[in-house]
Amino acid sequence: MPRLYRSIMSAAIAAALAGSGALAQQSSAPARLEMAPENWKVPRLANGRPDLQGVWTNKSITPFERPEQLGNKEFFTAEEAQEFLRAARERGNRDNRTDDVSDVLNAYNEFWWDSGNALLPNLRTSIVIDPPNGRIPPLTQERRAALDAQRAAVTARCEQPGCAVANSGAMAPADEPQALDLMTRCISFGTTVPMLPTAYNNNYQIVQTDDAIGIVTEMVHQVRRIPTNGNPHLPSHVKQWFGDPRGRWDGDTLVVESTNFKGDFYGRMTAADESLRVVERFTRAGPDVLLYEFTVDDPTAWTAPWSGEIPLVKVDGLLYEYACHEGNRGMENILRAARQEMRDTGR
Amino acid sequence: MIKRKDSFSTAQRWWLSFAAGAALLGAASASAQPREGARPNLSGIWQALGTANWELETHAAEQGPVASLGALFAVPPGPGVVVGGEIPYLPAALEQRRKNRELRWTNDPERKCFMPGVPRANYLPYPFQIVQGTNTILLTYEFADAVRIVHMTDPGPAPDYSWMGWSVGRWDADTLVVEVTDQREETWLDRSGNYHSDELRVTERYTLRSPDVLMYEATLEDPKVYSRPWTIRLPLYRHVADNAQLMDFKCIPFAEDLLYSEIGR
Repeated sequence: MPRLYRSIMSAAIAAALAGSGALAQQSSAPARLEMAPENWKVPRLANGRPDLQGVWTNKSITPFERPEQLGNKEFFTAEEAQEFLRAARERGNRDNRTDDVSDVLNAYNEFWWDSGNALLPNLRTSIVIDPPNGRIPPLTQERRAALDAQRAAVTARCEQPGCAVANSGAMAPADEPQALDLMTRCISFGTTVPMLPTAYNNNYQIVQTDDAIGIVTEMVHQVRRIPTNGNPHLPSHVKQWFGDPRGRWDGDTLVVESTNFKGDFYGRMTAADESLRVVERFTRAGPDVLLYEFTVDDPTAWTAPWSGEIPLVKVDGLLYEYACHEGNRGMENILRAARQEMRDTGR
Repeated sequence: MIKRKDSFSTAQRWWLSFAAGAALLGAASASAQPREGARPNLSGIWQALGTANWELETHAAEQGPVASLGALFAVPPGPGVVVGGEIPYLPAALEQRRKNRELRWTNDPERKCFMPGVPRANYLPYPFQIVQGTNTILLTYEFADAVRIVHMTDPGPAPDYSWMGWSVGRWDADTLVVEVTDQREETWLDRSGNYHSDELRVTERYTLRSPDVLMYEATLEDPKVYSRPWTIRLPLYRHVADNAQLMDFKCIPFAEDLLYSEIGR
């Protein structure tokens, strides 16, 4: 259930950062973020449904999983939030220069990250909120074994020349484009289902009609086309990269259920497989906040379902085209370098 | 009552009944058109029929690019969608089109799964969905996950060239007019090598002809390539099946082997 929000978000954050008493709380009591003014009413379309339209962002430096030392502590106090932001700024400003090749390998330094300088406006200590420790549950034994076997095969292959550090940061065989990760292939940056923040382009535009909702993910122009016309899911043997979404209204909350996943993912969802089912809930929580809640259920991958929460913040701006595949020099260079290395080493 | 009736002449009565009939007909066709508030509602899943993507101009049938496939994937004939029949190329551009056409089976960007640009996106042999929101109309295409965000309020100038261009829309009575500028020059207009430069300016007109037929017109201006503006006109048909939906056509995996074949294994 969405929490009740009552005052303006930016004021709440300002207050939190200023360390004023407005958000002061006992560390044991859950913070109640106030995101809407007293007299705010949910904007609605002519059909009576809440109007979810606009450009929204999930960019934030809130950790995805809760740092272990925080245990079951769900919210930062104002002082803790300040300290967290200070430490994050310090990390971000550190001098990364080295005198070796890692200067090139790490060419994507902090300058390129666009995670902002703020925690999510709910002041939570992590995006993952269930299990209560804010950390993704362990993998099932079978899934762990399968992933370990995959990794072992890659490690064995990469004792030979012709491997590359792919976008995921892991070594990968550069034998063919399909052997590299989905980000390197411009197929997915792991930001679409669920809608999770990444290094940059953390923007989404929602366009809404009576029987369909479109969500444009700026990152690699992935569009989610969500029917709300009551049609059933595609037959279960038909798989899609980003699943088959179906939307319905639960009161003022848009609930989107996605199944029929292909089982090939990038980023936070890499461990998921074809059994994945994602349920997302979108609720207008204030003039500038759209509360986004999601539950990931994949019984063959994880030992328990897990859930997260991101208050999406309205952006006064436009989405721009992010073409990736059309100019994928990265793929070309990775493959070319690997071929060269194999020739040079006589393999 | 009788007196009042008699106050109309026969001719007057004829005209009155005609007018009433016309009004009824008008009301019937207006109510059959889907509307969203004061505007026509263009939301839905649409697709072009015909062979515009093979070639915009009138063309005869041809053997397909892979002879061993026989009649499979042969080029179907088509009466063309160019108003007036011919694309008014400048002489040098006509020569470029000839070269493109010769190399079409290798150079067509569709083969590489590149975003198709406008107007081609609208007559590819894949459906697209119009999501007509409040200040924004989304055109989302099955092919290559291409997308256009049509701004119905002035977004200012495009920050740069892009594959799908910069779309700014307005209503001209019941017609949606979209000006598309700032497209990159790499896209083609069809599988036959018809092309444009980065100076292309497309003015699109979308008009509901009936609830399930959307007339599409695009006028192309490009002083580097054409001697004058020219127009294509074709109908888009609504997908009316109960289970109609856009599905994944993520074509990158289909194109990777050919794109990287010289480099990869």
